[in-house]
Amino acid sequence: MITIRGLSKRYDGHDALRGVDLDMPDGSVTAIIGPSGSGKTTLLRLLDLLEQPNAGSITWDGKESPTSEDARLAMRRRIGMVFQKPVAFSGSVFDNVSYGLRVRGHDRRAMRERVRRALETVDLAGYESRSALTLSGGEIQRVALARTMVTEPRLLLLDEPTANLDPVSTARVEELIGRVIAELRTTVVMATHDMAQGQRLADRIGVLIGGAMLQVGNPSEVFNLPSSVHVARFVGVENLLEGVIESGEAGIVNVRVGDRLVEGVSELEPGVPVFACVRPEEVVLARTQAPTSARNAFAGVITATASMGPLARVVVDCGFPLVALVTARSALELGLTVGAEVSASFKATGVHIVPR
Amino acid sequence: MELIIDSLLSALGLIVSLDRDVLSITGRTLAIATVSTVIASAIFIPAGSLIHFHDFRGKSLLVNVIQTLFSMPTVFVGLLVFVTLSRDGPLGGLGLLFSPAAIVVGHVLLISPIMAGLTISALRGVAPEIRDTAVSLGAGRTQAIFTIVREARYGVTTAALMGFGRALSEIGLAIMVGGNIRGYTRTLTTAMSLETSIGNFELAMALGIILVTLALSVNILVGRFQQRQQR
Repeated sequence: MITIRGLSKRYDGHDALRGVDLDMPDGSVTAIIGPSGSGKTTLLRLLDLLEQPNAGSITWDGKESPTSEDARLAMRRRIGMVFQKPVAFSGSVFDNVSYGLRVRGHDRRAMRERVRRALETVDLAGYESRSALTLSGGEIQRVALARTMVTEPRLLLLDEPTANLDPVSTARVEELIGRVIAELRTTVVMATHDMAQGQRLADRIGVLIGGAMLQVGNPSEVFNLPSSVHVARFVGVENLLEGVIESGEAGIVNVRVGDRLVEGVSELEPGVPVFACVRPEEVVLARTQAPTSARNAFAGVITATASMGPLARVVVDCGFPLVALVTARSALELGLTVGAEVSASFKATGVHIVPR
Repeated sequence: MELIIDSLLSALGLIVSLDRDVLSITGRTLAIATVSTVIASAIFIPAGSLIHFHDFRGKSLLVNVIQTLFSMPTVFVGLLVFVTLSRDGPLGGLGLLFSPAAIVVGHVLLISPIMAGLTISALRGVAPEIRDTAVSLGAGRTQAIFTIVREARYGVTTAALMGFGRALSEIGLAIMVGGNIRGYTRTLTTAMSLETSIGNFELAMALGIILVTLALSVNILVGRFQQRQQR
């Protein structure tokens, strides 16, 4: 178990991390998600003992991080990190992948087999004698993965492992990461700005925004029940309706948004200022008049549409702007164009309430 | 024009016929420049690395001074070495003045800023990610430094070649502290100067062609290494 408490780091008067708490049970895969510059890389560099925090602690099975240079080196040799922009050392692929073993003083013959297996895992079998400087970006990423996993780290850190790759390479590297995680059965912390990638690869997600860890939980929790408007915005909740709780009963509340009432799930008391969070894919559009009695059904006019590949993003003005994601096909069939009158509806259970 | 063509042709004749004077002067020049470069490399490439890998007050000032000294006038270094090695100088007792060793001492001083300065530039050119990667993969401090120097090896080799080229083609200090003694301290540049002044253009031209060829070869190598370093 690795435990982080109150971890803070300053660079030139700028707070990169502010009092971060995080627990990483053995064998867990944690994705740290957050926008660029939110402190993800700093957190990983502190975990890799590349830098010292200004405050707070990292403990390993209850023991504090060592302070002496020798002890930090010994500790660092049990941790592996793949950087966002991996670089290859000049030399062969073998030289690169065996680097960690060589600095640990392993003999060359034992290395050969481990390097071969690592290259096999990342689909680069037989690449040993290739010059590392002739590899493509995706190949360097995979060499970097092999180079780190060959040392069998007890903690594996991945910093934006697919940030610089095209979609095809991304899918491939993600699959390889899944394979490496399964093979090493080690504790993994990965940084990504891609919420969906975190969901695909991790069993826990920490949302780091502005240097603060705003929410930690399993992927569906973070995705569906964001703890604050900042988290909600980052995980793709486009509709953040500003309002005040007017009445509530048995876990269902009515939120006044302008002159409309939106029903949602919450235990908060009446009078509390809140945001009602509605994921755009929860919104259903129809060309029929909404029955006035229906809950969370609003008549409105389409003010904007945008094509997003197989999906269409439609903005409806129904007293407040509401964003809906529908399939491109149904947008066409329903004639969802600017100026069209529609009814927009969503379930009360699709409305997550966070205090303002 | 005739003079130039005639002396060019005779010069080529001297080179092709492997004239003894031409050969011995060329050999001596190469030997002196090589010894100077080896000694300077052994001292100032590590010195440059030491400066690069340590943070201390006045570091950037020191690096600036080193870079300014790249173009130190050879006659000034000649003067310094002369007064140091002359009979009444602090090292006069060694009796080195007007010997090849005196030229080597001068060359080492002359090219030391180039060696140290270009070594520092070469190491600065190594991506900072290389260091992070090495350390993260478990390299200790010395192992990481070794890895970075290895990444900069073409740049460091360039430093040595540039020093060699400068030692090869300078004349001021070779004539001041070497004395242009025939068969002992006469080098390509000092010999050219002398032969030209006494009107022996054929020999001067032959030595000139060799000098230019050597200097160009060194520059071609420098260019190649710089390209490799950038990749």
